[in-house]
Amino acid sequence: MSSLTHAPARAGQASPAPPRRRRKLRGDDIAKILFVLPAGIAMALLFGYPVVKNLTMSLQDYSLQTFFTGEAPWVGLANYVDVVTDPIFGQAMLNTGLFTAGSILFQFVIGLALALFFKQHFPLSATLRGLLLLPWLLPLIVSSATWRAILEQDSGILNRFLGVFGVEPIGWLVSPSIALIAVIGVNIWIGIPFNTTLLYSGLQAIPDELYEAGSLDGATHWKAFRYITWPSLRPVVSVVLILGVVYTLKVLDIILGLTGGGPANATQTLATQSYQRSFVDFEFGHGAALSNILIVISMAFAVVYLRRGRHAADE
Amino acid sequence: MKRYMVMAAGGMSAALVLAACSGGGDGADADTGEVSSLSVLDYYNNDPDNSLIQAGLDSCAEELGITLERETVPGGDLIQTVLQQASSQTLPDVLMLDNPEVQLIAETGALLPLDEHGVSTEGFAQGVIDASTYDGHVYGLQPVANTLALFYNTDILAEAGVEPPTTWDELREAAATLTEGDQYGISFSAINTYEGTWQFLPPMWTNGGDETDLTSPEVAEALQLWVDLVESGSASESVINWSQGDAKDQFMAGRAAMMVNGPWNIPAMNEIPDVNWDVVQFPVNDASQTPVAPFGGEAWTVPVTGDEASQAVAVDFVECLNTPEQQLDWAVSRYTIPTRTDLTEDFLAERPEMAAFAEQVANARSRTAQLGPEWPDAATVIYEAIQLALTGQTSADEAFAQASAR
Repeated sequence: MSSLTHAPARAGQASPAPPRRRRKLRGDDIAKILFVLPAGIAMALLFGYPVVKNLTMSLQDYSLQTFFTGEAPWVGLANYVDVVTDPIFGQAMLNTGLFTAGSILFQFVIGLALALFFKQHFPLSATLRGLLLLPWLLPLIVSSATWRAILEQDSGILNRFLGVFGVEPIGWLVSPSIALIAVIGVNIWIGIPFNTTLLYSGLQAIPDELYEAGSLDGATHWKAFRYITWPSLRPVVSVVLILGVVYTLKVLDIILGLTGGGPANATQTLATQSYQRSFVDFEFGHGAALSNILIVISMAFAVVYLRRGRHAADE
Repeated sequence: MKRYMVMAAGGMSAALVLAACSGGGDGADADTGEVSSLSVLDYYNNDPDNSLIQAGLDSCAEELGITLERETVPGGDLIQTVLQQASSQTLPDVLMLDNPEVQLIAETGALLPLDEHGVSTEGFAQGVIDASTYDGHVYGLQPVANTLALFYNTDILAEAGVEPPTTWDELREAAATLTEGDQYGISFSAINTYEGTWQFLPPMWTNGGDETDLTSPEVAEALQLWVDLVESGSASESVINWSQGDAKDQFMAGRAAMMVNGPWNIPAMNEIPDVNWDVVQFPVNDASQTPVAPFGGEAWTVPVTGDEASQAVAVDFVECLNTPEQQLDWAVSRYTIPTRTDLTEDFLAERPEMAAFAEQVANARSRTAQLGPEWPDAATVIYEAIQLALTGQTSADEAFAQASAR
């Protein structure tokens, strides 16, 4: 916002000698446009084109044939009607909601707890904090393959471990009622470092003086968190939550690696359905329609984020 | 100016006529003089297949006096690569396709009808030709084929005094007897991909089931076999998340006494010599039936690139890959079955352990013979029904009705 408030001020200074200034300003304008142009072109090519292409594709019968003949008949909203009336759509929506809400809730709570914990600065805390980043650094294909082995019903290490305590083998990835929980669990594990890191840096930014002053007024422990930490952390929290939601909505590789959307579609989400339609069934129009629905949902959260960002800057 | 254009047009049409002659005539004696190299795309990107295929391709390139520019991509990326190349007009001169996908691509008009270019399909197993035929024309030739059969661990069966099963009842019984402790009676793949569908075809087809009517009692009965094996605990509940590679790993680790699988595993299995195994055909539901399994393997096709001279050489190249000598070489080195039926005897003389597969191939069916390019829709219904039934969401009787409601 600061750049906007500066701009009129400069224009005001420029007013005393209008004729010469105006020509110079025009030169400035061209320079400004030239500076923006590369970014503009990059945006149009890398961002605008795919979005527009995806929109047009979702209104076409875009099949295998299209790649060879270039013909993709317009079908209006038929693709959207098809995907929304598909019996799996309802379940995919519900799963997407549960997957996102479950992942974000636990990632955030555990991430915040760990951030607070590491703020204590105990011996080796920096090393441990570094190790905590590991899940984030692993390629997702590796993580999902490893977790698939861990969660394997018969020989997986988790069931072997639980077996020591007499727990019957659990079908983590093969029981329709449990598979979604297992997939969410793995996604939580992957998301914790992101939450911890951002929240930890948010905590670092809170001045120690606040806590010192607070402790004089009797605000320690829970009260210090409630009245000092939480309010100071609010802007970071909203960023973490909204980015988390947008990232989680479109998670694909982890689910494909663990269950492929199964068993019996128990872990299908909008993202896996979109992938399935496009790259397995080769119904690119349907796939595009699903991914546009996903984009609209993500955008709703992105708008909330942008509006919050504006409020924060206004304050 | 105008005169030059007329001349250019005349020259061009003359060239087209010439090219049409060389392309449309007998492919075998096309002039290779002007074509010095062919581009090839396939998905044999892992050894040992990669180098074995390379050797076969090289020997044909040498015979035709050309060089090859070969590109390999992972199996899952092949169709996407083909689509990209199609839209940018950069399709290779010779394209390998998994046999159930030949008709899908042929339907788009991207492939050259080989029969119109003098390629003979005489002596090939009918199922192989069916798979590569679309709308009355043959679009691909497949040198070797694989299929599914029942592997069993000879030591475990001998110790338990169990004979390899020949009927479904014997299969249920044997699997139950062989299940103890950490060891399951049988492993197979019932995953929610076309792989799960492919593995279900031996029981479905053997029992007289048909992809044109998936709600028939024969198909339900076949699904009931899978359900029985899992519900009785003779097969792991994890089969619904196992690929065929996982099924093989379980078998080789001694965690399954039998498995449904194909001969492409044999080179890897030979690397673990302390597991002794043998193969029998897939069991039948009642004694009057013949085991019917699906044809697997890849066909070589010639995309329409517009360069008629190269296309003619590519046709020759595909023919060369399918000569009896080449077929036998590929079959022996890769543990697959030659698709020229009169080679079976020579082949078994060199690879006697492949007897069950050779017999199984003789009655094998192509997945796309009946539905053609519509096969993937049926294949999706099949694996979804398997998933519904094996997870206990519905009974085997109702699973196909529910899955096809989609």
